[in-house]
Amino acid sequence: MYLIRRFEETLLDMFSAGLLVGTTHTCIGQEANAVGVIAHLDPQRDVVVSNHRCHGHYIAFTDDAPGLLAEVMGRETGTCGGRGGSQHLCRGNFYTNGVQGSILPLAVGIALAERERGEGAVTAVFLGDGTLGQGTVYECLNMASLWSLPLLFVVENNRYAQSTPAELAVSGSIAARARAFGIEAAELDSADVLDVSELAGQAVERVRARGAPSFLVLHTHRFSPHSKGDDTRDPAEIERLRVHDPITIAGGRLDHGVRQGIEAECERQLQAAREAGEAAPAAGAVAVQ
Amino acid sequence: MRERRCVEALNGALHELFERRSDVYLIGEDLLDPYGGAFKVGKGLSSRWPERVITTPISEASLFGVAAGMALRGYRPVLEIMFGDFLALGFDQVVNGISKYREMYNEQVSVPLVVRTPMGGRRGYGPTHSQSLEKFLMGVPNVTMVAASELHDLHGLMVDAVEDDEPVFFIENKVMYGRPNRRPDGGYLDGMRCVEGPGPYPSLTFSGNDFEESAATIVAYGGMVPHALEAAVELIVQQEIFCEVVALSRLLPLDLDPVLESVARSGSLVTAEEGSLTAGVGAEVVARVNELAWDDLRAPARRVAARDGIIPAAPGLEAQTLPGTAEVIEAVLARQAART
Ligand SMILES: Cc1ncc(C[n+]2csc(CCOP(=O)(O)OP(=O)(O)O)c2C)c(N)n1
Ligand SMILES: [Mg+2]
Repeated sequence: MYLIRRFEETLLDMFSAGLLVGTTHTCIGQEANAVGVIAHLDPQRDVVVSNHRCHGHYIAFTDDAPGLLAEVMGRETGTCGGRGGSQHLCRGNFYTNGVQGSILPLAVGIALAERERGEGAVTAVFLGDGTLGQGTVYECLNMASLWSLPLLFVVENNRYAQSTPAELAVSGSIAARARAFGIEAAELDSADVLDVSELAGQAVERVRARGAPSFLVLHTHRFSPHSKGDDTRDPAEIERLRVHDPITIAGGRLDHGVRQGIEAECERQLQAAREAGEAAPAAGAVAVQ
Repeated sequence: MRERRCVEALNGALHELFERRSDVYLIGEDLLDPYGGAFKVGKGLSSRWPERVITTPISEASLFGVAAGMALRGYRPVLEIMFGDFLALGFDQVVNGISKYREMYNEQVSVPLVVRTPMGGRRGYGPTHSQSLEKFLMGVPNVTMVAASELHDLHGLMVDAVEDDEPVFFIENKVMYGRPNRRPDGGYLDGMRCVEGPGPYPSLTFSGNDFEESAATIVAYGGMVPHALEAAVELIVQQEIFCEVVALSRLLPLDLDPVLESVARSGSLVTAEEGSLTAGVGAEVVARVNELAWDDLRAPARRVAARDGIIPAAPGLEAQTLPGTAEVIEAVLARQAART
């Protein structure tokens, strides 16, 4: 979690310093979801399908912070050789795309393929509260239920879609939407990675054992802007949210020395990733003869 | 041997593919026997391979993505979209997904799916069930588009499509299904000499005078192919004007070579399509020929297409909207007059 946090803070710093172009969506404040869910997935067998806010999911699943940093830096050594950038990633069993709602059909197709292959793979798809406005979500809940797909839906409800608060975009109950399709659904309002992990562990296990979909609603908080510098929320509101900081909660349980050791190791990895990215050739640059 | 009807040729190809490869699936609406799909192309498959024919809810916006997900994970799904008009519902998946994954993910993946769908009118189905929307796919990179006609080797085209590693949009034609899949016999069809292009998805080029000098090249695909051929025959019989007809089966990447070869002989180009005129397939063909073979052209090209409007349901109104043999003849004669 600390690596994800510092990775994304580094990205925002690099953007502010004019070192990066394009866009990025950080999950600062939401890291416990990525880590708590993906801890139960096997990168060799299982599949993760993610969205625009994907860095946490990517690093938790692939452990490839250098590849992602190089990708955002537009380097040949990036995850997709600089073609995808921050929100269009693929590595092994990990896929993201940047159109809200577009990834759900893909996840259904992947889960269908894995059901047919019969090797017990679970596919997890992450979506935000705002994405619940897309019709494909409900087409896909329907198909996942009808076809008994080994598919875990994870809604990260950070209560905002870009600038729009959920009150203006999401009616009724999120979990009840899944239950209406005969899909079991559970909700959690906690930034403690152990709570997320406990709930997600049960869900993943049931998906694997029953070969049927499951639906998690993780209520969560985004401390950072939607992308970069586009936060119109009251800074006092964001300050109040910081009691839900997953890093503080998990870090508080650690022995001081252990925590310092983890932090130092993450900083070292990040520094190395940044240096490797800077040294790598820019994608698309004309090679100097 | 009785010529197979087009629907039988396509169905036979799917049966062969299902038998030969366990990674081929058919997904779409109303596919199960005894129904076997709205136009019966999938008939019998669900009885023989119940686990590989997946009948779906009416969810086109998602189905294209479902097929893409299967293809990314090593399967070869064939997605049946009941009417080509419904491509519009899945366009996000086509433009932002299917056409992007291979290149966007830096060649780490391929998306070997086939979308099969019927286009075309002349059955009185009205404005939302009669269109030819190939033009919208013409602007999509990284996909293959195949337009089948009743004169092409439909069995071969379907096998090529399913075994293609790129995503393939396989455009069928509604009036074609019930007609015989006529094939050249000894290199001739309807008295015209017929030469097949090389490679997968071969084009057919027809000539009434053994590729001696010709008055015009008529480029057609899908449902316009029989009209173009009929126009060529009538022009010979009634006016002794000899044209070549290039019947394309691969629209994307655009199969230009047979067109350029024919234009080099004729110096004149007429395109014929059932889709509406503006920004159509013909526009792209004309632009490319102008760029690559301007010196061969002795008259401005002309496009035959549907009126820019709806396709009405009433037969009389529909006939006023869609081009046919007469419009192709008229275009060729107009070229004759304009020749320098
Ligand atoms: C189809 C589509 N519409 C709009 C956008 C622009 N956009 C990117 S992220 C976003 C908000 C998504 O909100 P949510 O699903 O709650 O995810 P979060 O950003 O909160 O993680 C929007 C509107 C998009 N990428 N795709
Ligand atoms: Mg949100």
